[in-house]
Amino acid sequence: MSLQSLAAPNPIAALGHMFTHPFIVHALVAGTAIAIVSGLVGYFVVLRGQVFAGDALGHVAYTGAFAALAVGLDLRIGMFAATIGAGLILGLLGGRSVADDVTIGTVFSWVLGLGVFFLAYYTTHDSTSNGAANVNVLFGSLFGISTSATWAAVAVAFVLVVAILTIARPLMFASIDSAVATAAGVPVRALGALFLALVGATAAEASQIVGALLLFGLLAAPAAAARRLTSDPWRALWLAALLATTSVWAGIVISYAAPTLPVSFAIMTVAAALYAMSFLRQTRAAPATSPARAGVS
Amino acid sequence: MGPGLSWDLAYDVQLMFSYPFMVNAFRAGTIVAVIAATIGWFMVLRRQSFAGHTLAVIGFPGAAAATWLGLATGYGYFGFCIAGALVIAALPQHTGRTASAEESAVIGTVQAFALACGYLFVSLYKGFLSGLTNLLFGTIVGVTDTQVLVLLLSAVPCLALLAAIGRPLLFASVDPDLARARGVPVRRLGALFLVLLGVAAAGTSQVTGSLLVFALLVAPAATAHKLTTRPSVGIAASIAFALLATWIGEALAFFTVYPIGFWVTTVSFAGYLAASLWRVSADRAGQRPQVTESAADLAEARP
Repeated sequence: MSLQSLAAPNPIAALGHMFTHPFIVHALVAGTAIAIVSGLVGYFVVLRGQVFAGDALGHVAYTGAFAALAVGLDLRIGMFAATIGAGLILGLLGGRSVADDVTIGTVFSWVLGLGVFFLAYYTTHDSTSNGAANVNVLFGSLFGISTSATWAAVAVAFVLVVAILTIARPLMFASIDSAVATAAGVPVRALGALFLALVGATAAEASQIVGALLLFGLLAAPAAAARRLTSDPWRALWLAALLATTSVWAGIVISYAAPTLPVSFAIMTVAAALYAMSFLRQTRAAPATSPARAGVS
Repeated sequence: MGPGLSWDLAYDVQLMFSYPFMVNAFRAGTIVAVIAATIGWFMVLRRQSFAGHTLAVIGFPGAAAATWLGLATGYGYFGFCIAGALVIAALPQHTGRTASAEESAVIGTVQAFALACGYLFVSLYKGFLSGLTNLLFGTIVGVTDTQVLVLLLSAVPCLALLAAIGRPLLFASVDPDLARARGVPVRRLGALFLVLLGVAAAGTSQVTGSLLVFALLVAPAATAHKLTTRPSVGIAASIAFALLATWIGEALAFFTVYPIGFWVTTVSFAGYLAASLWRVSADRAGQRPQVTESAADLAEARP
Protein backbone atom coordinates (compact mmCIF):
# COMPACT_ATOMS: atom_id res chain seq x y z
CA MET A 1 0.00 0.00 0.00
CA SER A 2 2.93 2.29 0.67
CA LEU A 3 4.04 1.43 -2.83
CA GLN A 4 1.47 3.75 -4.32
CA SER A 5 3.66 6.74 -3.54
CA LEU A 6 6.58 5.15 -5.37
CA ALA A 7 4.95 4.70 -8.75
CA ALA A 8 4.88 7.69 -11.06
CA PRO A 9 1.52 8.67 -12.64
CA ASN A 10 2.64 7.24 -15.96
CA PRO A 11 3.15 3.50 -15.46
CA ILE A 12 5.46 3.16 -18.48
CA ALA A 13 7.77 5.89 -17.22
CA ALA A 14 7.67 4.33 -13.78
CA LEU A 15 8.97 1.04 -15.17
CA GLY A 16 12.08 2.92 -16.35
CA HIS A 17 13.33 3.50 -12.84
CA MET A 18 11.90 0.28 -11.45
CA PHE A 19 15.37 -1.14 -10.83
CA THR A 20 16.44 1.82 -8.72
CA HIS A 21 14.34 0.43 -5.86
CA PRO A 22 16.21 -2.15 -3.79
CA PHE A 23 12.96 -3.97 -2.91
CA ILE A 24 12.32 -4.60 -6.60
CA VAL A 25 15.84 -5.93 -7.13
CA HIS A 26 15.46 -8.21 -4.10
CA ALA A 27 12.07 -9.38 -5.34
CA LEU A 28 13.47 -10.16 -8.79
CA VAL A 29 16.54 -12.00 -7.49
CA ALA A 30 14.69 -14.08 -4.88
CA GLY A 31 11.65 -14.48 -7.14
CA THR A 32 13.72 -15.84 -10.03
CA ALA A 33 15.56 -18.36 -7.86
CA ILE A 34 12.37 -19.58 -6.21
CA ALA A 35 10.45 -19.66 -9.51
CA ILE A 36 13.07 -21.94 -11.10
CA VAL A 37 12.80 -24.41 -8.19
CA SER A 38 8.99 -24.21 -8.21
CA GLY A 39 8.87 -24.91 -11.94
CA LEU A 40 11.28 -27.88 -11.80
CA VAL A 41 9.73 -29.47 -8.71
CA GLY A 42 6.21 -28.55 -9.87
CA TYR A 43 6.75 -30.45 -13.10
CA PHE A 44 7.29 -33.69 -11.19
CA VAL A 45 4.42 -32.86 -8.83
CA VAL A 46 2.02 -32.64 -11.78
CA LEU A 47 3.58 -35.61 -13.58
CA ARG A 48 3.08 -37.76 -10.46
CA GLY A 49 -0.46 -36.45 -9.82
CA GLN A 50 0.50 -35.01 -6.43
CA VAL A 51 -0.92 -31.50 -6.71
CA PHE A 52 -3.03 -32.06 -3.59
CA ALA A 53 0.11 -33.02 -1.66
CA GLY A 54 1.37 -29.55 -2.61
CA ASP A 55 -1.84 -28.07 -1.21
CA ALA A 56 -1.47 -30.08 1.98
CA LEU A 57 2.16 -28.96 2.39
CA GLY A 58 0.99 -25.37 2.04
CA HIS A 59 -1.24 -25.90 5.08
CA VAL A 60 1.70 -27.43 6.92
CA ALA A 61 3.87 -24.41 5.99
CA TYR A 62 1.30 -22.08 7.57
CA THR A 63 1.14 -24.06 10.78
CA GLY A 64 4.93 -24.46 10.94
CA ALA A 65 5.42 -20.72 10.49
CA PHE A 66 3.09 -19.81 13.37
CA ALA A 67 4.34 -22.59 15.61
CA ALA A 68 7.82 -21.09 15.21
CA LEU A 69 6.57 -17.55 15.83
CA ALA A 70 4.63 -18.73 18.90
CA VAL A 71 7.83 -20.09 20.50
CA GLY A 72 9.88 -17.10 19.35
CA LEU A 73 11.80 -18.54 16.41
CA ASP A 74 12.24 -17.24 12.86
CA LEU A 75 9.14 -18.37 10.96
CA ARG A 76 11.26 -19.82 8.15
CA ILE A 77 12.77 -22.38 10.55
CA GLY A 78 9.29 -23.61 11.47
CA MET A 79 8.17 -23.63 7.87
CA PHE A 80 11.09 -25.67 6.53
CA ALA A 81 11.10 -28.10 9.46
CA ALA A 82 7.34 -28.70 9.21
CA THR A 83 7.11 -29.04 5.43
CA ILE A 84 10.18 -31.26 5.00
CA GLY A 85 9.03 -33.45 7.91
CA ALA A 86 5.48 -33.69 6.58
CA GLY A 87 6.77 -34.40 3.07
CA LEU A 88 8.88 -37.29 4.37
CA ILE A 89 5.95 -38.70 6.37
CA LEU A 90 3.60 -38.41 3.38
CA GLY A 91 6.19 -40.08 1.17
CA LEU A 92 6.77 -42.97 3.57
CA LEU A 93 3.03 -43.53 4.15
CA GLY A 94 2.24 -43.01 0.47
CA GLY A 95 4.03 -46.21 -0.49
CA ARG A 96 1.27 -48.14 1.23
CA SER A 97 -1.36 -45.87 -0.37
CA VAL A 98 -3.93 -46.52 2.32
CA ALA A 99 -4.99 -42.94 2.84
CA ASP A 100 -7.99 -41.76 0.83
CA ASP A 101 -8.95 -38.18 0.06
CA VAL A 102 -11.25 -37.96 3.08
CA THR A 103 -8.51 -38.93 5.53
CA ILE A 104 -5.94 -36.65 3.92
CA GLY A 105 -8.39 -33.76 3.78
CA THR A 106 -9.48 -34.20 7.40
CA VAL A 107 -5.91 -34.48 8.71
CA PHE A 108 -4.69 -31.41 6.87
CA SER A 109 -7.77 -29.41 7.75
CA TRP A 110 -6.94 -30.12 11.38
CA VAL A 111 -3.30 -29.15 10.77
CA LEU A 112 -4.53 -25.80 9.44
CA GLY A 113 -6.83 -25.49 12.47
CA LEU A 114 -3.72 -26.00 14.60
CA GLY A 115 -2.10 -23.16 12.65
CA VAL A 116 -5.02 -20.93 13.67
CA PHE A 117 -4.34 -21.96 17.28
CA PHE A 118 -0.69 -20.88 17.01
CA LEU A 119 -1.76 -17.66 15.28
CA ALA A 120 -4.08 -16.83 18.18
CA TYR A 121 -1.39 -17.79 20.71
CA TYR A 122 1.20 -15.66 18.92
CA THR A 123 -1.03 -12.59 18.63
CA THR A 124 -2.30 -12.75 22.22
CA HIS A 125 0.92 -13.73 24.02
CA ASP A 126 3.54 -11.76 22.12
CA SER A 127 3.15 -8.01 22.55
CA THR A 128 5.76 -7.41 19.83
CA SER A 129 3.85 -9.60 17.41
CA ASN A 130 3.84 -8.48 13.83
CA GLY A 131 0.24 -7.75 12.84
CA ALA A 132 0.91 -8.37 9.16
CA ALA A 133 2.45 -11.81 9.78
CA ASN A 134 -0.81 -13.64 9.08
CA VAL A 135 -1.31 -11.99 5.68
CA ASN A 136 2.37 -12.36 4.82
CA VAL A 137 2.42 -16.08 5.52
CA LEU A 138 -0.90 -16.71 3.75
CA PHE A 139 -0.29 -14.61 0.66
CA GLY A 140 3.45 -13.94 0.61
CA SER A 141 5.47 -10.76 0.97
CA LEU A 142 7.78 -10.67 -2.03
CA PHE A 143 8.10 -6.87 -1.91
CA GLY A 144 9.07 -6.99 1.75
CA ILE A 145 11.95 -9.45 1.42
CA SER A 146 15.19 -8.23 3.05
CA THR A 147 18.73 -8.46 1.64
CA SER A 148 19.70 -11.34 3.94
CA ALA A 149 16.42 -13.17 3.26
CA THR A 150 17.04 -12.74 -0.47
CA TRP A 151 20.44 -14.40 -0.31
CA ALA A 152 19.13 -17.12 1.99
CA ALA A 153 16.34 -17.83 -0.49
CA VAL A 154 18.84 -17.95 -3.39
CA ALA A 155 21.15 -20.31 -1.49
CA VAL A 156 18.29 -22.67 -0.56
CA ALA A 157 16.96 -22.54 -4.12
CA PHE A 158 20.43 -23.47 -5.45
CA VAL A 159 20.64 -26.50 -3.14
CA LEU A 160 17.13 -27.59 -4.13
CA VAL A 161 17.83 -27.23 -7.88
CA VAL A 162 20.98 -29.34 -7.51
CA ALA A 163 19.05 -31.94 -5.50
CA ILE A 164 16.16 -32.21 -7.95
CA LEU A 165 18.49 -32.41 -10.95
CA THR A 166 20.54 -35.12 -9.22
CA ILE A 167 17.51 -37.37 -8.84
CA ALA A 168 15.75 -36.13 -12.00
CA ARG A 169 16.62 -39.08 -14.23
CA PRO A 170 15.56 -41.97 -11.96
CA LEU A 171 12.62 -39.89 -10.70
CA MET A 172 11.39 -39.33 -14.25
CA PHE A 173 11.68 -43.07 -14.89
CA ALA A 174 9.86 -43.94 -11.65
CA SER A 175 7.14 -41.36 -12.31
CA ILE A 176 6.38 -42.43 -15.86
CA ASP A 177 6.44 -46.18 -15.25
CA SER A 178 6.98 -47.22 -11.65
CA ALA A 179 6.61 -50.94 -12.32
CA VAL A 180 9.36 -51.05 -14.96
CA ALA A 181 11.52 -48.74 -12.83
CA THR A 182 11.15 -51.08 -9.84
CA ALA A 183 12.08 -54.05 -12.02
CA ALA A 184 15.14 -52.14 -13.25
CA GLY A 185 16.31 -51.66 -9.67
CA VAL A 186 15.28 -48.03 -9.12
CA PRO A 187 14.45 -47.47 -5.43
CA VAL A 188 10.98 -46.12 -6.31
CA ARG A 189 9.68 -45.87 -2.76
CA ALA A 190 12.72 -44.10 -1.31
CA LEU A 191 12.79 -41.74 -4.30
CA GLY A 192 9.13 -40.91 -3.73
CA ALA A 193 9.76 -40.04 -0.09
CA LEU A 194 12.85 -38.01 -0.92
CA PHE A 195 10.91 -36.20 -3.63
CA LEU A 196 8.07 -35.24 -1.26
CA ALA A 197 10.65 -33.91 1.22
CA LEU A 198 11.98 -31.76 -1.66
CA VAL A 199 8.40 -30.65 -2.42
CA GLY A 200 8.13 -29.70 1.26
CA ALA A 201 11.28 -27.55 1.11
CA THR A 202 10.05 -26.02 -2.15
CA ALA A 203 6.70 -25.24 -0.53
CA ALA A 204 8.48 -23.40 2.29
CA GLU A 205 10.55 -21.48 -0.29
CA ALA A 206 7.59 -20.65 -2.52
CA SER A 207 5.43 -19.49 0.36
CA GLN A 208 7.89 -16.61 0.81
CA ILE A 209 6.88 -15.17 -2.55
CA VAL A 210 3.25 -16.21 -3.13
CA GLY A 211 2.26 -17.38 0.36
CA ALA A 212 1.20 -20.69 1.84
CA LEU A 213 -2.24 -20.57 0.21
CA LEU A 214 -1.15 -19.88 -3.36
CA LEU A 215 2.06 -21.89 -3.61
CA PHE A 216 0.44 -25.00 -5.03
CA GLY A 217 -0.88 -22.87 -7.87
CA LEU A 218 2.68 -21.81 -8.65
CA LEU A 219 3.74 -25.48 -8.55
CA ALA A 220 0.83 -26.70 -10.70
CA ALA A 221 0.01 -24.06 -13.31
CA PRO A 222 3.38 -23.53 -15.09
CA ALA A 223 4.12 -27.26 -15.00
CA ALA A 224 0.72 -28.28 -16.34
CA ALA A 225 1.01 -25.63 -19.07
CA ALA A 226 4.46 -26.94 -20.01
CA ARG A 227 3.09 -30.48 -20.24
CA ARG A 228 0.45 -29.31 -22.70
CA LEU A 229 2.98 -27.44 -24.84
CA THR A 230 5.49 -30.24 -25.37
CA SER A 231 5.37 -34.00 -25.16
CA ASP A 232 9.10 -34.28 -24.51
CA PRO A 233 9.41 -34.73 -20.72
CA TRP A 234 12.84 -33.09 -20.40
CA ARG A 235 11.86 -30.11 -22.53
CA ALA A 236 8.66 -29.80 -20.46
CA LEU A 237 10.73 -29.82 -17.25
CA TRP A 238 12.76 -26.80 -18.33
CA LEU A 239 9.76 -25.12 -19.92
CA ALA A 240 7.98 -25.36 -16.55
CA ALA A 241 10.86 -23.49 -14.89
CA LEU A 242 10.79 -20.90 -17.68
CA LEU A 243 7.01 -20.36 -17.39
CA ALA A 244 7.21 -20.08 -13.60
CA THR A 245 9.97 -17.47 -13.94
CA THR A 246 7.93 -15.60 -16.56
CA SER A 247 4.95 -15.56 -14.19
CA VAL A 248 7.03 -14.14 -11.35
CA TRP A 249 8.72 -11.47 -13.51
CA ALA A 250 5.46 -10.41 -15.16
CA GLY A 251 3.72 -10.41 -11.78
CA ILE A 252 6.40 -8.15 -10.28
CA VAL A 253 6.20 -5.70 -13.22
CA ILE A 254 2.38 -5.63 -13.16
CA SER A 255 2.22 -5.11 -9.42
CA TYR A 256 4.86 -2.37 -9.64
CA ALA A 257 3.01 -0.57 -12.42
CA ALA A 258 -0.38 -0.99 -10.73
CA PRO A 259 0.31 -0.98 -6.98
CA THR A 260 -3.31 -1.69 -6.06
CA LEU A 261 -2.76 -5.23 -7.33
CA PRO A 262 -0.92 -7.37 -4.73
CA VAL A 263 2.17 -9.01 -6.20
CA SER A 264 1.13 -12.58 -5.34
CA PHE A 265 -2.24 -11.98 -7.02
CA ALA A 266 -0.45 -10.69 -10.14
CA ILE A 267 1.93 -13.69 -10.23
CA MET A 268 -0.91 -16.17 -9.78
CA THR A 269 -3.00 -14.45 -12.45
CA VAL A 270 -0.17 -14.61 -14.99
CA ALA A 271 0.49 -18.28 -14.16
CA ALA A 272 -3.22 -19.15 -14.47
CA ALA A 273 -3.47 -17.16 -17.73
CA LEU A 274 -0.44 -18.99 -19.20
CA TYR A 275 -2.07 -22.30 -18.28
CA ALA A 276 -5.39 -21.22 -19.78
CA MET A 277 -3.60 -20.18 -22.99
CA SER A 278 -1.91 -23.56 -23.25
CA PHE A 279 -5.38 -25.06 -23.77
CA LEU A 280 -5.66 -23.06 -27.00
CA ARG A 281 -3.05 -25.30 -28.58
CA GLN A 282 -4.97 -27.82 -30.61
CA THR A 283 -2.39 -30.59 -30.76
CA ARG A 284 -2.70 -32.00 -27.28
CA ALA A 285 0.69 -33.22 -26.19
CA ALA A 286 -0.46 -36.40 -24.55
CA PRO A 287 1.84 -37.92 -21.95
CA ALA A 288 3.51 -41.09 -23.21
CA THR A 289 2.05 -43.24 -20.48
CA SER A 290 -0.36 -42.68 -17.64
CA PRO A 291 1.42 -41.07 -14.74
CA ALA A 292 2.40 -43.25 -11.86
CA ARG A 293 -0.04 -42.98 -9.02
CA ALA A 294 2.55 -43.47 -6.33
CA GLY A 295 2.24 -41.20 -3.36
CA VAL A 296 -0.66 -39.58 -1.69
CA SER A 297 -2.64 -37.88 -4.43
CA MET B 1 -13.05 -14.16 23.73
CA GLY B 2 -15.57 -14.06 26.59
CA PRO B 3 -15.10 -14.66 30.29
CA GLY B 4 -13.39 -17.79 31.54
CA LEU B 5 -15.12 -21.03 32.42
CA SER B 6 -16.43 -21.26 35.99
CA TRP B 7 -16.82 -25.06 35.70
CA ASP B 8 -20.46 -24.66 36.81
CA LEU B 9 -21.83 -25.85 33.50
CA ALA B 10 -25.40 -24.58 33.91
CA TYR B 11 -24.13 -21.14 34.90
CA ASP B 12 -21.65 -21.09 32.01
CA VAL B 13 -24.28 -21.95 29.45
CA GLN B 14 -26.63 -19.35 30.88
CA LEU B 15 -23.86 -16.75 30.79
CA MET B 16 -22.97 -17.63 27.21
CA PHE B 17 -26.54 -17.23 26.00
CA SER B 18 -26.91 -13.90 27.76
CA TYR B 19 -24.83 -12.53 24.88
CA PRO B 20 -27.09 -12.02 21.85
CA PHE B 21 -24.18 -12.62 19.43
CA MET B 22 -23.66 -16.09 20.92
CA VAL B 23 -27.35 -16.92 20.48
CA ASN B 24 -27.05 -16.00 16.81
CA ALA B 25 -23.81 -17.93 16.47
CA PHE B 26 -25.51 -21.05 17.88
CA ARG B 27 -28.56 -20.58 15.64
CA ALA B 28 -26.36 -20.26 12.56
CA GLY B 29 -24.13 -23.12 13.69
CA THR B 30 -27.06 -25.45 14.27
CA ILE B 31 -28.61 -24.79 10.85
CA VAL B 32 -25.25 -25.18 9.13
CA ALA B 33 -24.35 -28.36 11.04
CA VAL B 34 -27.59 -30.07 9.96
CA ILE B 35 -27.29 -29.20 6.26
CA ALA B 36 -23.50 -29.79 6.12
CA ALA B 37 -23.80 -33.18 7.80
CA THR B 38 -26.68 -34.35 5.59
CA ILE B 39 -25.25 -33.22 2.26
CA GLY B 40 -21.77 -34.14 3.48
CA TRP B 41 -22.93 -37.72 4.05
CA PHE B 42 -23.88 -38.04 0.38
CA MET B 43 -20.72 -36.19 -0.66
CA VAL B 44 -18.45 -38.64 1.16
CA LEU B 45 -20.42 -41.54 -0.33
CA ARG B 46 -19.90 -40.03 -3.81
CA ARG B 47 -16.21 -39.30 -3.08
CA GLN B 48 -16.64 -35.63 -3.94
CA SER B 49 -15.02 -34.13 -0.85
CA PHE B 50 -12.50 -32.19 -2.92
CA ALA B 51 -15.35 -30.72 -4.96
CA GLY B 52 -16.83 -29.51 -1.66
CA HIS B 53 -13.48 -28.03 -0.67
CA THR B 54 -13.07 -26.34 -4.05
CA LEU B 55 -16.55 -24.83 -3.84
CA ALA B 56 -15.80 -23.44 -0.38
CA VAL B 57 -12.54 -21.93 -1.62
CA ILE B 58 -14.42 -20.33 -4.53
CA GLY B 59 -16.75 -18.79 -1.94
CA PHE B 60 -13.87 -16.82 -0.37
CA PRO B 61 -13.41 -14.30 -3.24
CA GLY B 62 -17.22 -13.99 -3.30
CA ALA B 63 -17.38 -13.04 0.36
CA ALA B 64 -14.35 -10.73 0.03
CA ALA B 65 -15.87 -9.04 -3.05
CA ALA B 66 -19.19 -8.63 -1.23
CA THR B 67 -17.42 -6.92 1.68
CA TRP B 68 -15.51 -4.68 -0.73
CA LEU B 69 -18.77 -3.68 -2.45
CA GLY B 70 -20.51 -3.08 0.89
CA LEU B 71 -22.82 -6.10 0.73
CA ALA B 72 -23.37 -8.80 3.33
CA THR B 73 -20.82 -11.62 2.97
CA GLY B 74 -23.61 -14.20 2.75
CA TYR B 75 -24.56 -13.05 -0.74
CA GLY B 76 -20.97 -13.47 -1.88
CA TYR B 77 -20.67 -16.95 -0.40
CA PHE B 78 -23.94 -18.21 -1.86
CA GLY B 79 -23.49 -16.47 -5.24
CA PHE B 80 -19.98 -17.75 -5.88
CA CYS B 81 -20.48 -21.25 -4.43
CA ILE B 82 -23.64 -21.91 -6.45
CA ALA B 83 -22.09 -20.42 -9.62
CA GLY B 84 -19.01 -22.58 -9.05
CA ALA B 85 -21.21 -25.66 -8.61
CA LEU B 86 -23.01 -24.94 -11.90
CA VAL B 87 -19.66 -24.60 -13.70
CA ILE B 88 -18.35 -27.89 -12.26
CA ALA B 89 -21.65 -29.59 -13.17
CA ALA B 90 -21.37 -28.30 -16.75
CA LEU B 91 -17.83 -29.62 -17.19
CA PRO B 92 -17.43 -32.97 -18.93
CA GLN B 93 -17.62 -35.78 -16.41
CA HIS B 94 -14.45 -37.70 -15.82
CA THR B 95 -14.72 -41.44 -16.04
CA GLY B 96 -12.52 -42.58 -13.20
CA ARG B 97 -13.24 -41.77 -9.58
CA THR B 98 -9.78 -40.41 -8.95
CA ALA B 99 -8.79 -37.21 -10.71
CA SER B 100 -6.18 -37.47 -13.44
CA ALA B 101 -2.94 -35.50 -13.26
CA GLU B 102 -4.37 -32.89 -15.62
CA GLU B 103 -7.62 -32.55 -13.65
CA SER B 104 -5.86 -32.08 -10.34
CA ALA B 105 -3.63 -29.43 -11.94
CA VAL B 106 -6.74 -27.60 -13.20
CA ILE B 107 -8.44 -27.81 -9.79
CA GLY B 108 -5.26 -26.66 -8.05
CA THR B 109 -4.86 -23.70 -10.39
CA VAL B 110 -8.53 -22.68 -10.05
CA GLN B 111 -8.32 -22.86 -6.25
CA ALA B 112 -5.09 -20.86 -6.08
CA PHE B 113 -6.48 -18.27 -8.50
CA ALA B 114 -9.72 -17.99 -6.49
CA LEU B 115 -7.74 -17.45 -3.28
CA ALA B 116 -5.57 -14.87 -5.08
CA CYS B 117 -8.71 -13.01 -6.23
CA GLY B 118 -10.04 -13.08 -2.67
CA TYR B 119 -6.76 -11.57 -1.49
CA LEU B 120 -7.08 -8.87 -4.15
CA PHE B 121 -10.58 -7.89 -2.96
CA VAL B 122 -9.44 -7.93 0.65
CA SER B 123 -6.55 -5.59 -0.12
CA LEU B 124 -8.74 -3.34 -2.30
CA TYR B 125 -11.00 -2.91 0.72
CA LYS B 126 -8.36 -1.26 2.87
CA GLY B 127 -8.48 -1.72 6.61
CA PHE B 128 -10.24 -5.02 6.29
CA LEU B 129 -7.15 -7.19 6.67
CA SER B 130 -8.22 -8.25 10.17
CA GLY B 131 -11.46 -9.57 8.64
CA LEU B 132 -9.35 -11.82 6.41
CA THR B 133 -8.78 -14.26 9.27
CA ASN B 134 -12.53 -14.42 9.91
CA LEU B 135 -13.33 -15.15 6.25
CA LEU B 136 -10.70 -17.89 6.05
CA PHE B 137 -10.88 -19.44 9.53
CA GLY B 138 -14.34 -18.56 10.82
CA THR B 139 -15.62 -16.43 13.66
CA ILE B 140 -18.41 -16.57 16.23
CA VAL B 141 -18.78 -12.80 16.34
CA GLY B 142 -21.04 -10.71 14.13
CA VAL B 143 -23.63 -13.22 12.90
CA THR B 144 -26.66 -11.02 12.16
CA ASP B 145 -30.36 -11.93 12.43
CA THR B 146 -30.60 -11.55 8.65
CA GLN B 147 -27.73 -13.96 8.15
CA VAL B 148 -29.44 -16.57 10.34
CA LEU B 149 -32.66 -16.07 8.35
CA VAL B 150 -30.83 -16.42 5.01
CA LEU B 151 -29.11 -19.59 6.23
CA LEU B 152 -32.47 -21.02 7.32
CA LEU B 153 -34.15 -20.06 4.03
CA SER B 154 -31.32 -21.73 2.10
CA ALA B 155 -31.24 -24.85 4.26
CA VAL B 156 -34.95 -25.73 4.28
CA PRO B 157 -35.51 -26.01 0.50
CA CYS B 158 -32.16 -27.81 0.16
CA LEU B 159 -33.11 -30.46 2.69
CA ALA B 160 -36.59 -30.79 1.17
CA LEU B 161 -35.07 -31.28 -2.26
CA LEU B 162 -32.55 -33.77 -0.90
CA ALA B 163 -35.37 -35.71 0.76
CA ALA B 164 -37.20 -35.81 -2.58
CA ILE B 165 -34.21 -37.07 -4.59
CA GLY B 166 -32.58 -38.98 -1.72
CA ARG B 167 -33.45 -42.49 -2.80
CA PRO B 168 -32.49 -42.31 -6.49
CA LEU B 169 -29.42 -40.23 -5.54
CA LEU B 170 -28.31 -42.94 -3.12
CA PHE B 171 -28.79 -45.56 -5.83
CA ALA B 172 -26.93 -43.45 -8.42
CA SER B 173 -24.08 -42.82 -5.97
CA VAL B 174 -23.58 -46.44 -4.94
CA ASP B 175 -23.85 -48.01 -8.38
CA PRO B 176 -24.10 -45.46 -11.21
CA ASP B 177 -24.02 -48.05 -14.01
CA LEU B 178 -26.85 -50.14 -12.61
CA ALA B 179 -28.84 -46.99 -11.81
CA ARG B 180 -28.41 -45.76 -15.38
CA ALA B 181 -29.58 -49.13 -16.69
CA ARG B 182 -32.69 -48.87 -14.51
CA GLY B 183 -33.48 -45.46 -16.00
CA VAL B 184 -32.30 -43.21 -13.16
CA PRO B 185 -31.15 -39.82 -14.59
CA VAL B 186 -27.67 -40.17 -13.05
CA ARG B 187 -26.10 -37.16 -14.78
CA ARG B 188 -28.93 -34.76 -13.89
CA LEU B 189 -29.00 -35.99 -10.28
CA GLY B 190 -25.26 -35.41 -10.06
CA ALA B 191 -25.61 -31.84 -11.31
CA LEU B 192 -28.47 -31.13 -8.90
CA PHE B 193 -26.45 -32.58 -6.05
CA LEU B 194 -23.50 -30.29 -6.87
CA VAL B 195 -25.78 -27.26 -6.53
CA LEU B 196 -26.96 -28.55 -3.13
CA LEU B 197 -23.29 -29.03 -2.25
CA GLY B 198 -22.62 -25.42 -3.27
CA VAL B 199 -25.33 -24.22 -0.87
CA ALA B 200 -23.94 -26.42 1.92
CA ALA B 201 -20.36 -25.21 1.27
CA ALA B 202 -21.53 -21.57 1.32
CA GLY B 203 -23.33 -22.11 4.63
CA THR B 204 -20.46 -24.04 6.21
CA SER B 205 -17.96 -21.34 5.18
CA GLN B 206 -19.91 -18.83 7.27
CA VAL B 207 -19.23 -20.86 10.42
CA THR B 208 -15.82 -22.50 9.90
CA GLY B 209 -14.36 -20.08 7.35
CA SER B 210 -13.59 -20.98 3.73
CA LEU B 211 -10.49 -23.01 4.47
CA LEU B 212 -11.80 -25.25 7.25
CA VAL B 213 -15.10 -26.54 5.80
CA PHE B 214 -13.77 -30.10 6.01
CA ALA B 215 -14.45 -29.91 9.74
CA LEU B 216 -18.24 -29.87 9.25
CA LEU B 217 -18.78 -30.92 5.65
CA VAL B 218 -16.50 -33.97 5.58
CA ALA B 219 -15.29 -35.14 9.00
CA PRO B 220 -18.70 -35.81 10.69
CA ALA B 221 -19.98 -37.59 7.57
CA ALA B 222 -16.77 -39.61 7.24
CA THR B 223 -16.99 -40.53 10.93
CA ALA B 224 -20.55 -41.78 10.39
CA HIS B 225 -19.47 -43.79 7.32
CA LYS B 226 -16.81 -45.49 9.44
CA LEU B 227 -19.41 -46.59 11.98
CA THR B 228 -22.34 -47.72 9.84
CA THR B 229 -23.28 -48.34 6.22
CA ARG B 230 -27.01 -47.90 6.82
CA PRO B 231 -28.08 -44.61 5.24
CA SER B 232 -30.69 -43.50 7.80
CA VAL B 233 -28.51 -44.29 10.82
CA GLY B 234 -25.46 -42.85 9.06
CA ILE B 235 -27.13 -39.52 8.25
CA ALA B 236 -28.50 -39.23 11.79
CA ALA B 237 -25.06 -39.98 13.25
CA SER B 238 -23.45 -37.49 10.87
CA ILE B 239 -25.88 -34.76 12.01
CA ALA B 240 -25.24 -35.63 15.67
CA PHE B 241 -21.44 -35.42 15.22
CA ALA B 242 -21.67 -32.14 13.31
CA LEU B 243 -23.93 -30.59 15.96
CA LEU B 244 -21.58 -31.73 18.72
CA ALA B 245 -18.50 -30.36 16.93
CA THR B 246 -20.24 -27.05 16.23
CA TRP B 247 -21.67 -26.53 19.71
CA ILE B 248 -18.49 -27.57 21.52
CA GLY B 249 -16.40 -25.51 19.07
CA GLU B 250 -18.53 -22.40 19.51
CA ALA B 251 -18.66 -22.73 23.30
CA LEU B 252 -14.88 -23.21 23.58
CA ALA B 253 -14.30 -20.30 21.20
CA PHE B 254 -16.43 -18.19 23.56
CA PHE B 255 -14.62 -19.20 26.74
CA THR B 256 -11.04 -19.20 25.43
CA VAL B 257 -8.89 -16.89 23.31
CA TYR B 258 -8.63 -19.53 20.60
CA PRO B 259 -10.93 -19.16 17.58
CA ILE B 260 -13.71 -21.47 16.44
CA GLY B 261 -11.65 -22.69 13.47
CA PHE B 262 -9.19 -24.40 15.77
CA TRP B 263 -11.80 -25.92 18.12
CA VAL B 264 -14.23 -27.20 15.53
CA THR B 265 -11.48 -28.85 13.44
CA THR B 266 -9.97 -30.38 16.56
CA VAL B 267 -13.27 -31.82 17.87
CA SER B 268 -14.29 -33.27 14.51
CA PHE B 269 -10.80 -34.61 13.82
CA ALA B 270 -10.77 -36.31 17.24
CA GLY B 271 -14.12 -37.94 16.42
CA TYR B 272 -12.88 -39.11 13.04
CA LEU B 273 -9.69 -40.50 14.56
CA ALA B 274 -11.62 -42.42 17.23
CA ALA B 275 -14.03 -43.86 14.63
CA SER B 276 -11.12 -44.85 12.36
CA LEU B 277 -9.40 -46.68 15.21
CA TRP B 278 -12.67 -48.42 16.10
CA ARG B 279 -13.12 -49.41 12.44
CA VAL B 280 -9.62 -50.89 12.29
CA SER B 281 -10.16 -52.94 15.43
CA ALA B 282 -13.62 -54.06 14.24
CA ASP B 283 -12.09 -55.13 10.92
CA ARG B 284 -9.43 -57.09 12.77
CA ALA B 285 -12.25 -58.88 14.59
CA GLY B 286 -13.58 -59.74 11.13
CA GLN B 287 -17.09 -58.42 11.27
CA ARG B 288 -17.03 -55.83 8.53
CA PRO B 289 -20.32 -55.26 6.72
CA GLN B 290 -19.73 -54.74 3.00
CA VAL B 291 -20.91 -51.55 1.32
CA THR B 292 -21.65 -53.53 -1.85
CA GLU B 293 -24.19 -55.60 0.03
CA SER B 294 -26.29 -52.61 0.85
CA ALA B 295 -25.97 -51.54 -2.80
CA ALA B 296 -27.33 -54.90 -3.88
CA ASP B 297 -30.15 -54.65 -1.34
CA LEU B 298 -30.97 -51.23 -2.65
CA ALA B 299 -31.02 -52.46 -6.25
CA GLU B 300 -33.37 -55.29 -5.22
CA ALA B 301 -35.63 -52.86 -3.41
CA ARG B 302 -36.14 -50.86 -6.60
CA PRO B 303 -39.18 -51.81 -8.66
